[in-house]
Amino acid sequence: MAQEILKSLKAALWFMFLTFPIMVIKVNTVYKTIEWRWMNMIFIGVGIFVGSFIWRWLLNRKDRPVAKKDFVPVSTRVQAYLAENPMAKRALQGVLLAALLCFPIFMDAYQINIFTVALMYIVLGLGLNIVVGLAGLLDLGYVAFYAVGAYTYALLNTTFGLSFWLVLPIGGALAAIFGILLGFPVLRLRGDYLAIVTLGFGEIIRLVLENWNDFSHGPSGIAGIDKPDFFGLELNLNQMTDAIYYMMVAFTIITIFFVGRLQNSRIGRAWLALREDEIACQAMGVGRTRTKLMAFALGATWAGLMGVVFAAKTTFINPASFTFLESAIILSIVVLGGMGSIPGVILGALIMILLPEYMRSFSEYRMIVFGGAMVLMMVFRPQGLVSNFRRKYSFHGVDERLGG
Amino acid sequence: MENILEVKGLTMDFGGLRAVDSVDLYVKPKEIVALIGPNGAGKTTFFNCVTGIYTPTKGDILVSSNNGSAVRINGFKPNRVTERGLGRTFQNIRLFPNMTVLENVMIGKHCRLSAKIFGALFRDKKTRAEELKAAQECYTILEKLGLEKACDELASNLPYGDQRKLEIARALATEPKMLLLDEPAAGMNPQETVELTHLIRRIRDTEQIAILLIEHDMKLVMNLSERIYVMDHGQKIADGTPMEIRNNPEVIKAYLGEDIDA
Repeated sequence: MAQEILKSLKAALWFMFLTFPIMVIKVNTVYKTIEWRWMNMIFIGVGIFVGSFIWRWLLNRKDRPVAKKDFVPVSTRVQAYLAENPMAKRALQGVLLAALLCFPIFMDAYQINIFTVALMYIVLGLGLNIVVGLAGLLDLGYVAFYAVGAYTYALLNTTFGLSFWLVLPIGGALAAIFGILLGFPVLRLRGDYLAIVTLGFGEIIRLVLENWNDFSHGPSGIAGIDKPDFFGLELNLNQMTDAIYYMMVAFTIITIFFVGRLQNSRIGRAWLALREDEIACQAMGVGRTRTKLMAFALGATWAGLMGVVFAAKTTFINPASFTFLESAIILSIVVLGGMGSIPGVILGALIMILLPEYMRSFSEYRMIVFGGAMVLMMVFRPQGLVSNFRRKYSFHGVDERLGG
Repeated sequence: MENILEVKGLTMDFGGLRAVDSVDLYVKPKEIVALIGPNGAGKTTFFNCVTGIYTPTKGDILVSSNNGSAVRINGFKPNRVTERGLGRTFQNIRLFPNMTVLENVMIGKHCRLSAKIFGALFRDKKTRAEELKAAQECYTILEKLGLEKACDELASNLPYGDQRKLEIARALATEPKMLLLDEPAAGMNPQETVELTHLIRRIRDTEQIAILLIEHDMKLVMNLSERIYVMDHGQKIADGTPMEIRNNPEVIKAYLGEDIDA
């Protein structure tokens, strides 16, 4: 205890010294006077002392062995409860669905728009989750596939007049092909090296779109893209917002459903094994090439589909929408929420997209809060907000479980 | 081909270092064969060449196929080798720590299942039946090794000895014709080693498969194996029955006077 206080005291003194020039001395160049703000030094000293003390206390608490052993995270307990009580699970799903469906009735177009964007990021997060969370392939260029989908719809629609619903599968398929194209050269890479190559790939796609004027109209982008067509109905702006919202709700549900099934399938298991130990995984008869390419292709498909939706929703796209920052946000969603966990990714997307929207008054501090939150996450909960929960098999009722 | 595995003149170079130098070896069906030698003799490299993790510089690795003809598997990817019926374990345990025990074994079944992407997405009747069958078969394997109670535990939560057993279970799930065990008794106490000896013999008897094992525990090797190969500095220095090896002066020299009866 005394040692902790001493350490915090040292940190406080050190910070008082470091911040002395900027926090204490204020030079007034007009009157050529120096103002000494000694109070600031005291504030910093006390602040750092308290902060450092709390920080140390949290770190100690985290490392305490007893706490670690008996500690089951709340998220795991909730998931275990839901897995054991299908009724409770159904009820929760029903409530959530009802809330989602009723949402537009009570909210204005602005709110609905924000929520539509959040849903899009949920789908993007779930797509990237296949690559990063399940297969363990760190992909920093995910936004490239999003761009492929968006430009597919933009170009096919403006030049050939193809409809949204027709281009949707084309965009997804094209993104999947790009996923395989990226996958081939990086089959042997892992970790940092893979991250660098995918980062490069993302930038290549963006630079091509930015510079190939004849093809993509360069930085000025493509305008006048058709909104999606809903059974030929004439919709005004508000109705269109609602319609796109409902479409995204449907999309999200389908994605959750499919990703959940993938996760608990033969392929999903192979992805997990690949993430855990590549050599052992191969030695146990899992083909690395196939499994990796499948992860890239499937992850990319969802990004492609969302790209098409994005282009149709905004009616205007340019390469500025597909920068590295976008990849970073989607990756943060996956990491923050919990790698490989569907509820985690949903929670992550809601936090990452909704919080900045509703905290516009703090928008100047957004990046610093964002960075700080990431550091705290990595120190205290590296596994993400919601830890990955593995399905249990019971060998009496195995038929029902697998049938689900 | 009457042998289940036949290796001829296997050589593996790492740059200027010859880790395995023209080694010959064969294993007959249902035979337990041991590969021994001092540390750094090239035993694990030999295993890695046979199971496709390394591509050997020279030599032939022949595996008998189902119709009896020999297939040369040099340069096959590890998963193709496994499909040919060679299942292996690792010297330093390489389980999938964040997957459950059952899932670990089900990965072994992977190459015997056929569910594709659409099966996974739409979970049709065939896929469901296949998954169910696989899960049950894997559970049966766990029962054989006495791990069925831990089936929903994460693999990393198992005690050390059970992790070793789980590696064997996972290799068995690949439906091998031959099992390659890389130091299965490493880190086990004498009691556990005795149990392991019985386990390996039981596996051979019930599954009717051949077993090739690398081991340092001489008691286990002498008790268990029908034939022994001895390697030193990448070369095969002796082969024969346990009795012959025990009295072979070359072998005793290689072990630097170590009492191999110990």
